[in-house]
Amino acid sequence: MPAAAKTARRVVLYEGAGSQPLEAAQRRQLLALLLDRGYTVSRVRPDGEVSEHGGDDLVVLGRFDTPVSELANSSFNGQDAGALNLRDISSATPEEAVAMVEEVTQSSGEQPEYWKPWFPVIDYDRCTNCMQCLSFCLFDVYGVTQDGQITVRNETNCKTDCPACSRVCPEVAILFPKYKAGPINGDEISEDDLRREAMKVDISSLLGGDIYSMLRDRNAKAKSRFSKERDDERALKERQRCLKKLSQQMEGLDIPAEALANLPSADEIQFKAAQAKKLADSALAKNRADAPPSE
Amino acid sequence: MASPRILYCRCAYAKVVPQAVKDGVLEGLSESETAFDAVADLCQMSAAKDPALQRLSKQSGLKIAACYPRAVKWLFAAANAPLQDDTQIVNMRTLSAEQSCQQLLGGACPSAEAPTDDAPQTLED
Repeated sequence: MPAAAKTARRVVLYEGAGSQPLEAAQRRQLLALLLDRGYTVSRVRPDGEVSEHGGDDLVVLGRFDTPVSELANSSFNGQDAGALNLRDISSATPEEAVAMVEEVTQSSGEQPEYWKPWFPVIDYDRCTNCMQCLSFCLFDVYGVTQDGQITVRNETNCKTDCPACSRVCPEVAILFPKYKAGPINGDEISEDDLRREAMKVDISSLLGGDIYSMLRDRNAKAKSRFSKERDDERALKERQRCLKKLSQQMEGLDIPAEALANLPSADEIQFKAAQAKKLADSALAKNRADAPPSE
Repeated sequence: MASPRILYCRCAYAKVVPQAVKDGVLEGLSESETAFDAVADLCQMSAAKDPALQRLSKQSGLKIAACYPRAVKWLFAAANAPLQDDTQIVNMRTLSAEQSCQQLLGGACPSAEAPTDDAPQTLED
């Protein structure tokens, strides 16, 4: 969903020329209802007009005291009245006004897609392009731009509520704006935070042991144990035990069980890690080659 | 046109901004005479590379009621919509509704009793 550029469904609460303002309580309630349903809302006052909105369908709500057809021609900056979807809410409750909006957006095929927007945001003032996040993430969230810069490429691949990659970043450059605590949530970075980051020698020491090799070992043991009588149910139980243990060991990292449960198989992990490392090494090598010679 | 210079983020898909603050700020904006833009969730728009963020980011003197300034700055940057240096960010995660309204609306804040000492942060700070 978020990969392609897309404009949020937009509603204009028009209180400009040719309309009456809403009561404050009604305005607040209507705004809250629309926002909680995922709409973007612009409030237009008498000295304003409906601004350019990028060509997407737009719903304009107002208590119009002029015929809507005349309003469309005079008050909306010459924009096409058909695309504006004017709706008079003079006698509508906030819920009824929202229903009018939903009617338009449903008929135009625009449906909200629920996704908790959880993904890393890179603070490029701090990022040193070391590619540790790229090497660490097993879900292909990160990528490299054509000019060799680390970037967030697949936001929806990120595991909701998992901030693990921000913890491997040696520069505190990875944010999750919806995380509960600083500095991962974007709060100022303290001296203590920097001291902690300086202690991160490598990913495996951060994890108190290499998570990947731990999974590989467990997998090998399980293979040996169940080689003669292996079935899916027992394999699943073994995996759950393994993940539970990992989860206890990594309690301080705050990695949700769902993310652990979605870890790829040990073989896949090895493959993905090798691929990510190759990509990171290639980008780093290119950057070194492109860098101006030091004096 | 007098473009809206205030942007309010509802942070609709998470509970990291206290509900009372979100509601209080929305109430203050609703009761004011000010034009403003309100979005459901800046994170969602950033992930979607929503072109509306580019339109908003170009406004000089924009005040954004959302969360931590570092997060807001890089959310916009991630959507190829870098904010102007004079953009002010009001952090609803740490301020009260009254403080936030005061920073957004100044003397026009309907519920403000006294000016707050906390000046909103600009990206230059």
